Amino acid sequence: MYSYEQEVVERSENTVHMNVGPSHPAMHGTLRVKMEVKGERIIRTEQEIGFLHTGFEKLGEHRSYNQFITLTDRLNYFSPLSNNIGFALACEELLGITVPRRCQVIRTILAEMSRLADHSLCVGAMTMDLGAFTSILWTFVEREKLYDVFEAVTGTRLTTSYTRVGGLAFDLPADFEKRVTLILDSMEKTLDNLRDSFYQNRIFLDRTEGIGCISKEMAMAYGITGPMGRASGVPYDIRKFRPYMIYNELKFEVPLYETGDTLARYKVRIDEMVQSISLVRQAMKLLEPGPINYEDQKRTLPDKTSTYRDMESLIHHFKLVMPGDDHGIHPPLIDQYSSTEAPNGELGWHLVSDGTSAPYRVRIRPPSFINYPILSKLLEGAMLADLVAILGSFNIIAGELDR
Amino acid sequence: MDALIIQKPENQLTLIAKVEAHMGERLLGREEKSHYHQFKVKGADAKDLMRFLRDDASLGFSYFIDATAVDYLRYPIAQPERYAVIYTLLSPALGVRAQVKAFVPEGAPRMPSMTDLFAGANWTEREVWDLYGIEFLGHPGLTRILMPDDYEGHPLRKDYPLKGRGERGNFPVYHATTQKPQGGA
Repeated sequence: MYSYEQEVVERSENTVHMNVGPSHPAMHGTLRVKMEVKGERIIRTEQEIGFLHTGFEKLGEHRSYNQFITLTDRLNYFSPLSNNIGFALACEELLGITVPRRCQVIRTILAEMSRLADHSLCVGAMTMDLGAFTSILWTFVEREKLYDVFEAVTGTRLTTSYTRVGGLAFDLPADFEKRVTLILDSMEKTLDNLRDSFYQNRIFLDRTEGIGCISKEMAMAYGITGPMGRASGVPYDIRKFRPYMIYNELKFEVPLYETGDTLARYKVRIDEMVQSISLVRQAMKLLEPGPINYEDQKRTLPDKTSTYRDMESLIHHFKLVMPGDDHGIHPPLIDQYSSTEAPNGELGWHLVSDGTSAPYRVRIRPPSFINYPILSKLLEGAMLADLVAILGSFNIIAGELDR
Repeated sequence: MDALIIQKPENQLTLIAKVEAHMGERLLGREEKSHYHQFKVKGADAKDLMRFLRDDASLGFSYFIDATAVDYLRYPIAQPERYAVIYTLLSPALGVRAQVKAFVPEGAPRMPSMTDLFAGANWTEREVWDLYGIEFLGHPGLTRILMPDDYEGHPLRKDYPLKGRGERGNFPVYHATTQKPQGGA
């Protein structure tokens, strides 16, 4: 005899297999999570990645150092400038050269602006996943303004390829400072709006407070860095650990939270944006005229105008660009790990040089790849709806996850 | 709230003395890099060194940073073995980074897994297995992670050609109208 009550009991005892992704609007790229669900409770999950694997590391062994910069655009495609800068710094450390002051200041400003762009999208997308649609429009407007400036500076919105080993592709446009100042002011208003809308919002707090907690010990064993680590109380920021560019001259704080839940990861990003705004303002005051490229033209590409007008620069350009063992940059035969603080965490580069113009091995330590595996652990026993909240706070970018 | 982790280069001497005393003859070499030290060991000894680095009270390398590998097949300088698996760790207490470079032989590349010491080694070791074919003994689920499950070969090895071994040309293509697979070249 059929009874509705019995069916409810039977159904709640059986587990159901559920699949989210790899092509699902809530999955932030090509991520796939296979879940075993009982009612709305997740019993067990399995993550699958690799759908966007493009073989950057293999390609890097067949490209010269400057050619690889175009591939770094496609890593974390929300903040391509950070990747360009990180790779250029890693190559410069391998060669043992220091770029001129103006170049360092410009790189610092652009690194912080790309952090603003990355965080603003993450914060907006996360709240959109939780049902708040207005906030993503606010943050998209701000990001759009930042991208307009990136376009004015680099010529493109996404595939910026702005840095070169030992310098930059070209100098800043004339009205750069004026445009950036305007953006920073409106960015501050947006951040106030975001804080007002969500920090006291009951629906938002219920979905995020105490959800997906990562303890400090767990974060360190998994190697979680960046805003995710700092939300769990890991006091690690490479800008402070080993200051690069001009970070040791700038005053900023590293926001830290103890709880390690989804709400803390949201708040850390908002606080970091406040710090980034102040960093950009401080760095703009240090912007002074001067050369942007390392003086030794045997290792740095000359700027385009002199390549076209000056015989010697043309020869240097030719010697650096042409393929073959006699051409290009020849670093010493060493292997070297160096890293920068990208918006998602530690972006590391393990470069092995064999003395030729192409690297022998390029290892990218992508923050997303190291930060992502903990998701399975957090989802054990969580509710189905927590998946989107937790994943949104991770800010996993498939481009750098799969490389 | 804890103080920020700041780099303290002076603590590198403590690290070197401790590691040299612990490893003795088993330490194949040590190399000074731009801001850290790299300790070279055999693959079989790597786990002992990693455990020592993590558990020794005065070292405390509890922060896992990265694990990767290098294939030295065509490298101009001779290396002890063909493959090297490189673990990067950080000590919050000392403020020092350290690298363990474990050499793995060509014939049967295998070494103990670090997954029970550092949870972060799980996916990174899977990646090394996927792309280099180095087996990690004691790993809970050593399966392919970036390449498809039915893929043959390990693409980041130096003897694997950049254009692949015909995988691209041999994909079965399903025609939109006939719905029949048309074999590749």
